[in-house]
Amino acid sequence: MILEGWGRYPRLVSEVFDCRTSADAAEAVAKRHGVIARGNGRSYGDAALGDVATLICRGIGRMKRFDPQTLLLTVEAGVMLSDILDAFIPRGYFPPVVPGTKFVTVGGMIASDVHGKNHHRDGGFGAHVASFKLIMGDGEVLNCSRNENVDLFFATIGGMGLTGVITEASFYMKPIETGWINQKTIVADDLEEALAALQAADESSYSVAWIDCLARGASLGRSLIFVGEHAKREQVVAHKAERELFPSPTRPRLSLPMDLPAWALNRTSVSAFNGAYFRAGVRKSGAPSLVHWNPYFFPLDGIHQWNRLYGRSGFLQHQCVVPDTNALAVLGEILQRFAASGKGSFLAVLKKLGPGTGLLSFPMAGYTLALDLPVTEDVFPLLEEIDKVVVDAGGRLYLAKDARQSRLTFEAGYPQLAAFRDIRRATGGDAHFASRLATRLGI
Amino acid sequence: MNRTGKSVLLVGATSDIGRATALTYATAGWDVQLAGRSLESVQREADDIGTRSGANVSVHCLDILDSDRFSDFVRGLPVLPDTVVCVVGELGEQDRAEKELDHASMVMRTNFEGPALFLGLIADRFAARGSGTIVGVSSVAGDRGRASNYVYGAAKAGFTAFLSGLRNRLAKAGARVVTVKPGFVRTRMTAGMKLPGLLTAEPREVAGAIFAAAEEKTSRDVIYVRSIWWPLMTVIRSIPEPVFKRLKL
Repeated sequence: MILEGWGRYPRLVSEVFDCRTSADAAEAVAKRHGVIARGNGRSYGDAALGDVATLICRGIGRMKRFDPQTLLLTVEAGVMLSDILDAFIPRGYFPPVVPGTKFVTVGGMIASDVHGKNHHRDGGFGAHVASFKLIMGDGEVLNCSRNENVDLFFATIGGMGLTGVITEASFYMKPIETGWINQKTIVADDLEEALAALQAADESSYSVAWIDCLARGASLGRSLIFVGEHAKREQVVAHKAERELFPSPTRPRLSLPMDLPAWALNRTSVSAFNGAYFRAGVRKSGAPSLVHWNPYFFPLDGIHQWNRLYGRSGFLQHQCVVPDTNALAVLGEILQRFAASGKGSFLAVLKKLGPGTGLLSFPMAGYTLALDLPVTEDVFPLLEEIDKVVVDAGGRLYLAKDARQSRLTFEAGYPQLAAFRDIRRATGGDAHFASRLATRLGI
Repeated sequence: MNRTGKSVLLVGATSDIGRATALTYATAGWDVQLAGRSLESVQREADDIGTRSGANVSVHCLDILDSDRFSDFVRGLPVLPDTVVCVVGELGEQDRAEKELDHASMVMRTNFEGPALFLGLIADRFAARGSGTIVGVSSVAGDRGRASNYVYGAAKAGFTAFLSGLRNRLAKAGARVVTVKPGFVRTRMTAGMKLPGLLTAEPREVAGAIFAAAEEKTSRDVIYVRSIWWPLMTVIRSIPEPVFKRLKL
């Protein structure tokens, strides 16, 4: 079967096993060497493409139990975040960390140690995981936690599925009073202001910046910073009816039924969009507003199959993180290169991160910049150059988004790689589990 | 979440339609009794539905081919439910059913004999109580026998006729019987088949249609989940036999 990630690049052939129980997954692991678990296929590149075979794990998707006292939720790893939101928001609970899409599985969230708009304060998803079950290469199922199989625990968080198959996980939810977010928009006219605004929002629960990556000169790095808090009950009842305290998920309003032609997104159209978006943000800035949880956390989920935006040949997402020190100069240089190339898209995001949890977790204390680029021949050398800037600054790229970085970039960015390899070798993971990402990067 | 104090029994709870239906009822505030052959599999679904909805969910072991135990089973339920939904179904393999009597018999008994005997027993209790709703999930395959699946289809035709008779009988006793013909559904039973999109429902959609027919639009007796199936099956039923027998369906 031909498989692809969310970026639709690369497309590769892999044998596929449809797993509906953890026993199915164990059976498939025993049958083939070089397998990888796949959740909902929302990693962008080749992380969920099996080297030999791919285990489709959505069917391992039952919830197990929830304890309102400890807030501990236990689910099978194929459970989707969207299901958790549907089930728990009406009861006043929210996941500890949510990434930019709700169409991901819990197993995938652990394997990529996903981060959200609260990473600067709360860390990644892995930081809230109490334990999980892992199918090893020999078929044994190990319980991993901060007291049990500790090495495997921290290798598996952010470990891209390369230590085994996660089949079940327990993590802590958090109570919320409403399903609304109190959002404030802050305008930053350049990169320095943007970083300062993110820094100033350190105490806020959620913060993220949309950045106009085509703006140049004095406007380089101009951004809108969205700061948010879970709205309190009294803040919501002042404006909304009681029954709207926990609103249902909004349905996608737009859908891309076909690929957009490649010329549709060009410097002129994207610049025009970005300019209009920025001005709209300026008008809305200042006064706080109540925003529904769904568009606040998952704006792009509102456009069904938005990955078709970039045409048939797919797109790359470049997401890097650079350390705090010198971030202004480094990000300025990166943005300048993107802006000069005219390749940037309107989906560019800047965010402050805290330290990571797992050995291969992406986050580090610093700033992350993510943007999408349609796959064209000339985009690869441009990203190579930008990677050099990232690596020289002591930064790295997000494996869950990656489809193209070089081994050198990868090895330079992940100083705990040797420890990860040791654990993987000692537990037999290297002989049994492999994605195309792993073979490409020699993980 | 508001509990209604009502309860539903799902027979065949580990099927895709069964779990979707159970979750629909649980989310609407019903207590749920799940019955299936393997207690372990039923427990997995019960944990799932209980965690998702916060509903009270109980698990019960029931083999639809073991009619000797039906009476004990009904006596063992925590309460006689307000609604019973039977989603038991086994497509079998038509070519195998043509050659192996055992296989054909299993398909017939699973789709007709077992569900009919079980619901007959429930009907007695509902008649005695003077209330209750029985939902039988039958099939469009029972609307007319076709070469490609007539063993399954014949069993479903029998089940449809049984439900129709039961409805007629219970109408005076204050209990209802709803016949559901889902058409194609994307489930484990149909995995790997090429299904026409317009005619194919998701399990969740079937669950919604069951709940609506059983608990909301209470005048409905027989429903097709996607309304397009009604004209389609009306046409298929009306083709004269001399023509029909030559068709490849």
